Amino acid sequence: MLKTFAKGGIHPPENKFSADKKVERLPIPKKVSVPVSQHIGAPSKVIVKKGDIVKTGQLIAEQSGFVSANIHSPVSGKVFKIDLVTDTSGYRHQAIIINVEGDEWDEKIDRSEELKKDFDLTSEEIIKKIQEAGIVGLGGATFPSHIKLMPPKGMKSEVLIINGVECEPYLTSDHRLMLEKAEEMLVGIKILMKALNVKKAIIGIENNKEDAIEHINSFLKDYSGVEVVPLKVQYPQGGEKQLIKSVINREVPSGELPISVGAVVHNVGTAYAVYEAVQKNKPLFERVVTITGKSLKNPANYLVRFGTPISNLIDVAGGLPEDTGKIIGGGPMMGKALNTTEVPVAKGTSGILILPKEESKRREVKPCIRCAKCIEVCPMGLEPYLLMTLAEKAMHERSEKEDVMDCIECGSCSYTCPSDRPLLDYIRLGKIQVGAMRRAKSMK
Amino acid sequence: MNGVVIATIITISSVGIIAAIILYWASQKFKVFEDPRIDEVEDALPSANCGGCGFPGCRPFAEACVKADDLEDLDCPVGGNETMMAVAKVLGKKVSEKAKMVAVMKCNGATQFRKKHTEYDGALNCTIQHNLYGGETACQYGCLGLGECVDACGFDAMYMDPETELPVIIEDMCTACGACVEACPKDIIELRPVGKKSKRIFVSCVSHEKAGPSKKACSVACIGCGLCFKECKYDAIKIENVLAYIDPIKCVLCRKCVVVCPTSAIWEVNFPARKVKPTIEEKTKLTEIKEIDLIKTAKVNSKKR
Repeated sequence: MLKTFAKGGIHPPENKFSADKKVERLPIPKKVSVPVSQHIGAPSKVIVKKGDIVKTGQLIAEQSGFVSANIHSPVSGKVFKIDLVTDTSGYRHQAIIINVEGDEWDEKIDRSEELKKDFDLTSEEIIKKIQEAGIVGLGGATFPSHIKLMPPKGMKSEVLIINGVECEPYLTSDHRLMLEKAEEMLVGIKILMKALNVKKAIIGIENNKEDAIEHINSFLKDYSGVEVVPLKVQYPQGGEKQLIKSVINREVPSGELPISVGAVVHNVGTAYAVYEAVQKNKPLFERVVTITGKSLKNPANYLVRFGTPISNLIDVAGGLPEDTGKIIGGGPMMGKALNTTEVPVAKGTSGILILPKEESKRREVKPCIRCAKCIEVCPMGLEPYLLMTLAEKAMHERSEKEDVMDCIECGSCSYTCPSDRPLLDYIRLGKIQVGAMRRAKSMK
Repeated sequence: MNGVVIATIITISSVGIIAAIILYWASQKFKVFEDPRIDEVEDALPSANCGGCGFPGCRPFAEACVKADDLEDLDCPVGGNETMMAVAKVLGKKVSEKAKMVAVMKCNGATQFRKKHTEYDGALNCTIQHNLYGGETACQYGCLGLGECVDACGFDAMYMDPETELPVIIEDMCTACGACVEACPKDIIELRPVGKKSKRIFVSCVSHEKAGPSKKACSVACIGCGLCFKECKYDAIKIENVLAYIDPIKCVLCRKCVVVCPTSAIWEVNFPARKVKPTIEEKTKLTEIKEIDLIKTAKVNSKKR
């Protein structure tokens, strides 16, 4: 019996077309636009100006607050201008636009491919390096990683959980990384363990990636304390709280952080980025992105520099299919539709999904028939139908009482609703309303 | 037989007397003194319970009026000066006259001026769309056209124009309660003084975008060129963040800024037709805007009838 989380969950069709495509390097574009807000928290402060010559890996925007991250130039060239660019949020935000000239890397970066296993650094030094490299959670939430490595006072982490679940349909970037960079990732995990001062790390991988589980298992004898746990395929297992429940059978209380049950969760992509930052001095300026879709010619995985417009990715994957209905940044469940193909790839872009027209159309909203399917599938044990009504009727206080803030926005409710009701849209609205109400209260 | 009747009468009346005593005692014990003036003030209020005053309804507002030392900070926008005078009379306090306000729609991005490049098919709620992305057009500041303000209006003073896909405010019915201002996630609606003979001049745009992208996205956007600022002799116009704003108090309604605006982003409302004929160039600019204006006033008039 494979492990999984206790409440709810769904199993949408997996559609992992690009699972056996090796990660290739995407050619560097002529011009990149690097958004200064690629993470959760305060946008970074630009420290270059128009006309500056930058090298690949050079710091171009620095952390501007506690929850914030450094941003490094993904290319070498000349800063063309600092302007507003439409990013994944659907709004125009500040970005640094760089005209590419060659590909000259910062001298500090070790560009050799060889595996560097040993490290002799203290916990603080590791965290400082991770912070300097601007590493954020690469699973998609983009929360600055160094903050997760510094537990609040009075709390101690017991176990490091590595998220190799990739429960989103279509996406394969983490899967490929685990197959191709397994040892680097394992060294990264060891570094994270040292930083957190824990003796145990568990990699949770869903059972549909048997090759990755086997591959990682074959290296484990050299890495003591690391363990792989195969998990039953169930969406949204990649959710932090769900994964903790699946792997160590502990439940994070409502409104608390995972550290309250002694767990810290990092993505496999983050572990690899940590390896590169600590062992090779390479800051985070590129990542693996899956470009996929049912009618796309060549779904594939590419190593992409940040700031590359997604149109470049679409072109190498065989161009935009005629029946395109929506282009989604991220997976089909939690991703967000993009409004232009000029949106730059950022730290949180794990995939680009092209949906055909008939699949992207919203269906007519019908009345709720009180079938309670949404309650059955909610992994957080909420009542989505009720939360939607409360948001619609602007009953914020009741919403708060019904724990609307616990919603992880996985979209299982909207997916399963036989009446095609936009449950998640309204729950998000409810979260915004409650958030605004809480802020107003704390102002008083 | 008689005995039963008498016993019944005695029992029932004694139960009645005991109950009366308990009730009297309870009413004395749990007596809540309520200022009788609260009722009087409430009677003077419009009883719309719209919340425009900042209180949950008319009665809490009446209570606040009775409690307050002076009425300067309290205002019922729906009832206006007359109501506040009546309230002041009841309470024997003084109140100064306040300018009557009206909501104005500061986006003129009708479908013919602002081309759509994406299609939104999500839940029909402005706030949800606003949190998802900038909108169907290239302008991320403009009206989304899903009518959350219309739903919020408790006085039937707004409707959606199906042609322009913008909300229209019916001036005569607007009470300036501010419900639409609060409902709009893009902060497009503003409460402005009604002005002399209901004449108003305002910039009908909220875009902070730079001139280039702004013009590309919408042909009637304010591009922050500053021509109106240079034209205004009364210091009523200021340009902040690539957007002009006309101060309704300083504005003397001379209409000179309206003519110089290259994108017809400045609106004049309730003015008589111009006597001097504008040049052909200006005319073409004006006709566009006038046409909508005419359509709108015609619609308003037909609604009134």
